Amino acid sequence: MSELRDLYQEVILDHNKHPHNFGELAGADRHADGFNPLCGDKLVVYVNLHGDTITDVRFEGSGCAISKASASLMTDSVKGKTLVETRELFNRFLNLVTDGDVADDDEALGKLAVFSGVRDYPTRVKCASLAWHTLRAAVEDRHDVVTTE
Amino acid sequence: MSSAETANVVESAFDVQRIRQDFPILSRSIREHKLVYLDNAATTQKPQPVLDTLARYYATGNANIHRGVYLLSEEATAAFDLARGKVQGLLNARAAHEIIFTRNSTESINLVAQSYGRQNLGSGDEVLITHMEHHSNIVPWQLLCEQVGARLCVAPIDGRGTLQLDEFERLISPRTRLVAVVHLSNSLGTVNPVQEIVRMAHARGVPVLIDGSQSIYHMPVDVQALDCDFYVFTGHKLYGPTGIGVLYGRESLLEQMPPYQGGGDMIRSVTFEKTTYAELPHKFEAGTPHIAGAIGLGAAVDYLLRVGLEGIGRHEADLLAYGTNALSEVKGLQLIGTAPKKASILSFVMDGAHPHDIGTIVDSDGVAIRTGHHCTQPVMDRFGVPATARASIAMYNTHEEIDALVKALEHVRETFTV
Repeated sequence: MSELRDLYQEVILDHNKHPHNFGELAGADRHADGFNPLCGDKLVVYVNLHGDTITDVRFEGSGCAISKASASLMTDSVKGKTLVETRELFNRFLNLVTDGDVADDDEALGKLAVFSGVRDYPTRVKCASLAWHTLRAAVEDRHDVVTTE
Repeated sequence: MSSAETANVVESAFDVQRIRQDFPILSRSIREHKLVYLDNAATTQKPQPVLDTLARYYATGNANIHRGVYLLSEEATAAFDLARGKVQGLLNARAAHEIIFTRNSTESINLVAQSYGRQNLGSGDEVLITHMEHHSNIVPWQLLCEQVGARLCVAPIDGRGTLQLDEFERLISPRTRLVAVVHLSNSLGTVNPVQEIVRMAHARGVPVLIDGSQSIYHMPVDVQALDCDFYVFTGHKLYGPTGIGVLYGRESLLEQMPPYQGGGDMIRSVTFEKTTYAELPHKFEAGTPHIAGAIGLGAAVDYLLRVGLEGIGRHEADLLAYGTNALSEVKGLQLIGTAPKKASILSFVMDGAHPHDIGTIVDSDGVAIRTGHHCTQPVMDRFGVPATARASIAMYNTHEEIDALVKALEHVRETFTV
């Protein structure tokens, strides 16, 4: 049960229930669709860019608690960041949820550290990373549907 | 002895605790809990006689079959042929050579689509399936339709997951060349009236393939009584090994069909100018088959019949009714698939909890269920859900295990009631 509590931390459950930056971003500069065929998670990530900086980011769709909370916390974390900073954060996040090479109190991760429990559930890594892959597709202006397979 | 007393004797002969002892995996623990295995629709666990048969074959009986003139090869060939006979007995097929060994149900269906289908379907012809098919009974027909310019027609299901039989019958058109229908739905639990379906199709001269992947280990199947033309199933759901499946085909159809794959074992003679094909069933079994798998499947058939499908059916129906009641009382839970005729499957969604989260949380209590679309995305779309959680019952499950599932679902509710 303790591993389970690590996975479903309060912050995650809260963001699942009350996601931040949820809903369409009308007239967004960029957007991309993400799909996790394993569990049927579907989401759209919308991005506004000013030069190299993400000025606004929103998402909508349906998914499990891990994928929804991850999308919600991601939007909080990348708003105002440059694309280079965002990519760096994505890499750090992927390390956190896969090999656990990153300390849970890594300052750069901030609140994203609540996803450290995912590393004990390899099948759930895709849930946690779907929003990030979709964000990357959006900023790269790719229009094929991103899948985690 | 009165008939009621006789029935009691038969009923008490099914001893689930005795059966559980035959399955070594059931005594292992998962995350410090006793394993509660309720993902039987995905694959069943294997009883000791099957495990022993596999080990014994490789330890003392391994040789390639056919054409070997030494004793070991003769023994392996005999064991392989014996396994075919056991499957023939299970299905009550007229002849052993109507049983073709494949890798699984998927390969069996692809064989029929590519061999029978390409030979008999042309532009404008139709294949009729139902809305509750597994992807393995959809995609092979889509591939065929693309190849020959045929059309895939889909008979609808109602809100409980029952096939709308009148619509189905209406959809059998003068262009219908094949009906392919699931016997027991893997995501809804619906048992289709296959006998009625065969009668309707045959009345219009249309052959019928039945996907028995789920039904074969829950109920007796008699292909002669059903009068179906093809019946497919996979070994690993029937308490046998993975990698071995079965296609039953009516002899007159199999005889006319071209080979599916070319290679060794399926020929009579080969020259660069002309090759002639072997007799049934070898025409459809190119290359060295999964010999151990077939022999293991034979042992699984023996086991299944020794326990008895009637007793298994009664026990599982009892558990399904118990589980249906118990789950219905879980607050915020909705069963998907409530057809009047069901077996084994309890598919459900819960308010505020995605099926994937349900699966992870019940696993922490040692309860193994499947979550997702169960390779039936059209069914998910029909019910407007991205996925379901699915518990599926087999002969070794108990009332206590259903209770364990319900208790684990309470943990799901606790987690998501913030």
